[in-house]
Amino acid sequence: MTELLQNLIDGLGRGSIYALLALGVAVVFGIMHLLNFAHGELITIPGYLTYWAFQNNWSWWTVVPLIIVSAVLTSLLIERIAFSRVRGAKDFTLLLTSFGVHFIVAAGFLLYVGAAVKPYPRPDWFADTVSAGSLNVEVFDLVVIGVTIVVLAGTTWLLQRTMFGLALRAAASDFDTARLMGVKSDSVIRGAFALSGFLAGIAGVFWIMREGQMTPTAGIPPMLQGVLAALIGGLGSLRGAVLGGLVLGLAEVLLRSWLPVGIQNLTTGFVFVMIALLFIFRPGGLLSVPQVERV
Amino acid sequence: MLEVSGLTTKYGAISALRDASLTVGEGEVVGLIGPNGAGKTTLLGSIAGLLPIDTGTITFDGKNVTSTAPEKILRAGLALVPEHRRIFADMTVEENLKIGGITTKAAERNELLEEMADLFPVLRDKWDTAAGYMSGGEAQQLAIARALMSKPKLIMMDEPSLGLAPILVDLVFELIDTLRSQGRTILVVEQNATRMLNAADRAYVLRSGEVVATGTGSELLERSDLFDTFVGG
Repeated sequence: MTELLQNLIDGLGRGSIYALLALGVAVVFGIMHLLNFAHGELITIPGYLTYWAFQNNWSWWTVVPLIIVSAVLTSLLIERIAFSRVRGAKDFTLLLTSFGVHFIVAAGFLLYVGAAVKPYPRPDWFADTVSAGSLNVEVFDLVVIGVTIVVLAGTTWLLQRTMFGLALRAAASDFDTARLMGVKSDSVIRGAFALSGFLAGIAGVFWIMREGQMTPTAGIPPMLQGVLAALIGGLGSLRGAVLGGLVLGLAEVLLRSWLPVGIQNLTTGFVFVMIALLFIFRPGGLLSVPQVERV
Repeated sequence: MLEVSGLTTKYGAISALRDASLTVGEGEVVGLIGPNGAGKTTLLGSIAGLLPIDTGTITFDGKNVTSTAPEKILRAGLALVPEHRRIFADMTVEENLKIGGITTKAAERNELLEEMADLFPVLRDKWDTAAGYMSGGEAQQLAIARALMSKPKLIMMDEPSLGLAPILVDLVFELIDTLRSQGRTILVVEQNATRMLNAADRAYVLRSGEVVATGTGSELLERSDLFDTFVGG
């Protein structure tokens, strides 16, 4: 029982980070049908800035805002330089463009920063645990879960209660009709990228803290988890993206604890088998919403 | 108020519109009728900025708005109620209306929301319901109310009676009458030609992308040579 509870908290901690990443992927996908394989760059670029900041004696108090702000700016910059030029193109063109962005950024780091691992210190409290009876919980997981709840509540408020949120949802549901109503395509797309960058920035803070080091390809795992979680939840569904992230995090942790000791290294493989099974039975993901036309 | 001249739009090698021209004056209700595939929807889509134009010019309120982005056309005062209504199904009635009023200030938007709830009582009843759960007639009223939220100088409607039960078709035409009595300027695309000609001050008949006839409603109703156009296709 204690072990299960501990695993659940561990899984929710992981899943919260995936959920934030997936939500960012889903927001952009919803608005322009771009499955953004460059989403991991919203972690690598702030990640190298983190390394640079610690070289210059910054502390985590100042690095955290640096990560968030740089993730938002990176997201906006990538949209401006790359995606704004292929707006309205076929989904496949958009997908390839995002791959291109990823490879160019990774190559840039390789050329100008080098392939060597760039380490920086984790926060002092990173390994701290709190105990309640026989339960040992990592403070890090609790912080991640708490921050994620606040961020998701804020995002929900933004989407439900502000005109920007309404415009974003309208544009995701029917872009042309939203423009007919006066929704400015430039503003809503940039807003989506800013929101996506902000969510990746929050996830990035935790991801970067946990890794303790940066490499040119360090963006691939968070990108894959974000895209996978969005797919699991049902692309286009924002609730689905959050659910997908949590499910993915829990599946990883629970499988690792349930699998026999000899094959624990195959956890990722088992997760992918489960995802394949999910798509056989629910091709649209967990929360796919069919578009119904009524007359 | 609206002047379209020599509009040509092509889909590949096929001309959807050929040298189409029309005008709408302030306070007028103008009908645009013709068989399926005559180019009616293409014409409205081109005016609204949704579809690319090959040649021709569109002037609205003295300004050239040819090939302008839809969000700018809307801000110039021209709103379109699109074909099939295209309401935002997973958003509530209130949210749909708010989006319609996105160009207005918050205080004014709230007044307009009240105005729409008075004009369309059925919307008040379903205020917090997801729009996707509404019937066709209710959805059509929402689509029209949503377009009115931008306080347009001219409202264009694309097949507002499409797919509605006869009693609801009556409702749509009553609504057009109500809007006319409020002094609004309206351009309506309809397949229901006879009803449209009775409701409109003037009308244009479109066939194969060309304007083949124009006149007042009663003049056109007497043109037996156009009968095939009205019912054809």
